[in-house]
Amino acid sequence: MNLLVCISHVPDTTAKINFDAAGKALDATGVQFVINPYDEFSLTKALHLKEAHGGSITVLNVGGPETEPTLRKALAIGADQAIRINATPTDAITVAKELKNHISANTYDLILCGQESIDYNGQQVPAMLGALLNLPFVNACVDLTIDGSSANATGEIDGGHATYSGSLPLVVGGKKGLVEEKDLRIPNMRGIMTARSKPLQVLEASESDTATQAIKFVKPAGKSSVKLVDSVDELVHLLHNEAKAI
Amino acid sequence: MSIIVFVEDWNNQYKKASFEAVSYAKSWATEAGTTVTAVTSNGATDPSTLATFGADRILTIALNATPFGMAQQLATMAEGATGIVIAGTSLGRSIAPALAALAGGALSTNTTSVPSSVSPVVVERGAFSSKGIETIALSGGIPIVSFVPNSVGIHERAGEGTIESGEATGTDLMTITEKTIASGKVALPEAEVVVSAGRGLKGPEHWGMIEELASVLGAATACSKPVSDIGWRPHSEHVGQTGIQVNPNLYIAIGISGAIQHLAGVSASKTIVVVNTDAEAPFFKAADYGIVGDAFEVVPQLVNAMRAFKAGQ
Repeated sequence: MNLLVCISHVPDTTAKINFDAAGKALDATGVQFVINPYDEFSLTKALHLKEAHGGSITVLNVGGPETEPTLRKALAIGADQAIRINATPTDAITVAKELKNHISANTYDLILCGQESIDYNGQQVPAMLGALLNLPFVNACVDLTIDGSSANATGEIDGGHATYSGSLPLVVGGKKGLVEEKDLRIPNMRGIMTARSKPLQVLEASESDTATQAIKFVKPAGKSSVKLVDSVDELVHLLHNEAKAI
Repeated sequence: MSIIVFVEDWNNQYKKASFEAVSYAKSWATEAGTTVTAVTSNGATDPSTLATFGADRILTIALNATPFGMAQQLATMAEGATGIVIAGTSLGRSIAPALAALAGGALSTNTTSVPSSVSPVVVERGAFSSKGIETIALSGGIPIVSFVPNSVGIHERAGEGTIESGEATGTDLMTITEKTIASGKVALPEAEVVVSAGRGLKGPEHWGMIEELASVLGAATACSKPVSDIGWRPHSEHVGQTGIQVNPNLYIAIGISGAIQHLAGVSASKTIVVVNTDAEAPFFKAADYGIVGDAFEVVPQLVNAMRAFKAGQ
């Protein structure tokens, strides 16, 4: 199988988020960047599929040179080759179009994304990519089985699950459940060493127009201090009369 | 041209998110000086109710089965639209991006406000897992907004809408072979009250009192990441940065310390109550009300107190 995993380079889940003075962009000072956690579930699923069916895993990222350590980490975890499309990922449609240009010029059986990136939380790219490529897509995918050229993919829906059946190629927006947390792999020394010699190709971007413009970012207003209460009756009273929450 | 709103139904019934979508469209249409066209399944019971939330024209269609098929159907109607509104339900979050790609849309997902300006459309949306709020302009195509359910509210209005049946073509590239929906449970993303518990409960066998409290409050149940990782509760209940992000009126956190990743998933809640034995638990800093105490004592008392309160209403 020719497996493609689309990777975002995002602030670590524990990162404190600050914005620059103009409120125009993330202030990356002191922020550690990681493989987007949703993408990591998809990457691990790709490793499982490769182990079961054979094939090769390509990891693909749209980003500047600063994202290469994240691609190298994906290689250290077990991907076979990496591609960086050299563009600033300004909005979801421009990213989806860059990915589409690469994918339509190549042959992939399965395109695995994360459901969303934990920076802009758009949850847009997998479905956009499916639409642009005219390929089926399953978002919030928590289970995937491949049998020859057909796939069964289960996605979360409100209050339950739906299982979709179709033929490859397929675009998936993965999340926990696709593989379990305990299945995630930490790169070992051998992986890190071999990652250095695996190919990382840089492609020029087609630079399509963005559809949206970020005007500003602010941090949400914090809570005022907590009101500690001694009894549940007092709590119920406050929730009803003060917070009007019940 | 009008604002088009896709109105989702669940087994032919509308929910709050359906009416919220129409209400959203009406606010936008009023600012833009235009009308609201609601597009809904021809299987839905009583589409005329959509008029009471502001739909001027209600178009019923034979809806495709998959999000891609539905996005194609909506794309056939999108040309010339002033804007498109879709509730950010599971289905809506799959349809909206595909629609944006097909129709040349400018999409804001995870949106938490109605437009503050309509030319260009400017809205606020959650970013960085609720650690940031982004103000975004939708100027590069048909503006499409997918909003977070329960973030903008519903508004009933006097008004009448016309109902007509329409046709729209889409192609389903996959078939649905199985669909399971847990019955009798409140879906987490749209819940107005959420009762959530963490490792402080010491084991999955202790969730009975959490479910009881949820049942008394008409709430959805949720859990922290460690609890879903060790399999005490299903992944679908995991609230946090890499799980579900909720914005209920009331979030009750029991035995959850409040790691930054968990707080990212709940900070949009209007009122937060924390019950924890550890007075130093970081969650108290993000809470409105707190009880320092043992969940095994406090929760049964709270169940009784809430039951008495509900009975007295």
